[in-house]
Amino acid sequence: MAKKKFVVGCFEDEAVLFPAVKKVRAAGYKIHDVYTPFAVHGLDHALGLRETSIHTAGFIYGITGTTTALSTISWIFTKDWPLNIGGKPHFALPAWIPIIFELTVLFAAVGMVLTFCYLCQLAPGVKKHHFHPRATDDLFVMAIECTDTTNTDDLQAFLQSNGAIELSVQVAEEGWWFGRYDNENVPFQNKEIVAA
Amino acid sequence: MHLKYESQLREPLVRGNKNYRQVTEDIVRPIEAKPTRLWYIGFFIAVALLLFGVYSVYREVTYGIGEWNLNKTVGWGWDITNFVWWVGIGHAGTLISAILLLFRQGWRTGVNRAAEAMTIFAVMCAGQFPIFHMGRVWMAFFVLPYPNTRGPLWVNFNSPLLWDVFAISTYFTVSLLFWYSGLIPDFATVRDRAFTKLRKRLYGLASFGWTGSTKHWQRHESLSLVLAGLSTPLVLSVHTIVSFDFATSVIPGWHTTIFPPYFVAGAIFSGFAMVQTLMIIVRKVFAMEDYVTLGHIEAMNKVIVLTGSIVGIAYLTELFMGWYSQNKYEGYTFWYSRAYLFSPYGWSYWGMMACNVLSPQIFWSRKMRRNVFVTFFMSIIVNIGMWFERFVIIVTSLYRDYLPSSWSVYYSPTIWEIGFYAGTFGLFFTCFFLFAKYFPVIAIAEIKYVLKTTGDGYKEQMSAIEAQPLEAFIKDQTHHH
Repeated sequence: MAKKKFVVGCFEDEAVLFPAVKKVRAAGYKIHDVYTPFAVHGLDHALGLRETSIHTAGFIYGITGTTTALSTISWIFTKDWPLNIGGKPHFALPAWIPIIFELTVLFAAVGMVLTFCYLCQLAPGVKKHHFHPRATDDLFVMAIECTDTTNTDDLQAFLQSNGAIELSVQVAEEGWWFGRYDNENVPFQNKEIVAA
Repeated sequence: MHLKYESQLREPLVRGNKNYRQVTEDIVRPIEAKPTRLWYIGFFIAVALLLFGVYSVYREVTYGIGEWNLNKTVGWGWDITNFVWWVGIGHAGTLISAILLLFRQGWRTGVNRAAEAMTIFAVMCAGQFPIFHMGRVWMAFFVLPYPNTRGPLWVNFNSPLLWDVFAISTYFTVSLLFWYSGLIPDFATVRDRAFTKLRKRLYGLASFGWTGSTKHWQRHESLSLVLAGLSTPLVLSVHTIVSFDFATSVIPGWHTTIFPPYFVAGAIFSGFAMVQTLMIIVRKVFAMEDYVTLGHIEAMNKVIVLTGSIVGIAYLTELFMGWYSQNKYEGYTFWYSRAYLFSPYGWSYWGMMACNVLSPQIFWSRKMRRNVFVTFFMSIIVNIGMWFERFVIIVTSLYRDYLPSSWSVYYSPTIWEIGFYAGTFGLFFTCFFLFAKYFPVIAIAEIKYVLKTTGDGYKEQMSAIEAQPLEAFIKDQTHHH
């Protein structure tokens, strides 16, 4: 994967971050991502991200579970091995509802979590570039993708004037790779760190 | 941006005027510090109990169910009592993490992580009992429907016992996924501030490479909400199905339609009591009184008095129906085997009544709800009472049924039956001690999420805003984009 150059600005407060996001976008810069220590509501809209469809995926997995349970049980009890249970009907739908329900929930939950991990590229052993270690602690870290014409000094000054407390320019892989967090042989390099 | 507002009447969810960094520090501190002497003592007691349980199970597997005092007609005794008791305990975790999330109850954030952990460990303990009750435990996989060379001989999908297999395993899986997906961002927090290589590596693995990207958070929120929506009917279904194990039978005292709601209420009741027991210890040992406040304890005590009273109404309804149905077997079970104090097991019925119905009424008093010692004591009482409840249901219905000729002699457990139960306590607390040491016991990211809308600093700020004239308020608080 190609490396890219990013200008990174760190914010201390989400109340400062929101107007900054708006101004950076209005100025025509491309925000690669904003890394936050918790789910900041409304930030996805401020960044212009579309709504996630993961719940739709969950629904599809759910009905897959429903049909799997219903078709399997009815095949087993009416075709494959019809057991005579007290002379009751072989197709005993009411008695199957608990298992059908459980499998619906099971398929939906497992499918959604796997989809979530796939979409976000999360797995044990996956390593990603972290623009700032405090992004999981108390900083809101905005990474702006640079183009050939981006003047990084101007952009840093612009971020600083909008409340960023720490600035840096980093060249990094934007994707993920397999690696360990205790090894520092990571494919990125810190170009320069400008203290605000 | 929308205006965040929380009523002045509400108690802060987090005490003290904290910032994000302090929240991380407070919650991660036990992970980064060396375990205390108290932790080692508790952990070794738990492991010792677990080993005793392993030996008890070894005896049972080697010599058969005869190692327990189960006999005709008491074919279910302590084992199934313990199974139902442990499953019930698990329910509070899901209630806190899922149902209270859907109801937007902010106080869940302080206790949800530990409560979900409790759910998972409790379900692990519960599962042991029906598995080892099978006797030939090496054939336990026969409960799974898979194409086999015996016909294929399938499992009975119409049986509540098989519904239980599906319900409990689904419940365990979904709870685990819900819990772990919440843990990923917090593991990343621990990873990014780790100062030893080993910790960085292990939490690096555990955190799945989480970065905190906005898109990931958006999906994470959606995932949590849907998992909560799935877990809510799931948790109700689990204890409903457990109650079907009894309710679909024709045994007097079991054959009642009231069982599903009565079992679910009882499950939440005992589960909250267990959460109280654990959280009161955790908040004290890890100095987390700012996050698990008296407000949290009071809220849980309110749930306890509500569900305890629901359970009480169920007991009285059963007694009424025992008389009103004019069925002599029902009448005998409820009015002699259970409610008559001097019948062989009358003591267990009245123990149950005293622990579950009478004593929790103390929580109508606000002062008692906010008293940590009373709460801790009551949490133990409630769990003893709920154990009695399951014992009463199972044993008093089984030891004397339709035919006096098959009435059994007095059932009391053997040491290996008790040892098995003690062993599950060992398993539960071994897991819980490890959890408390190596996992963030409070959901860090969720606390940070509510931090700006609660706490003393926020209240002060809001008081100042409330004192403003309306015009100034509108001018200051509306953001124009």
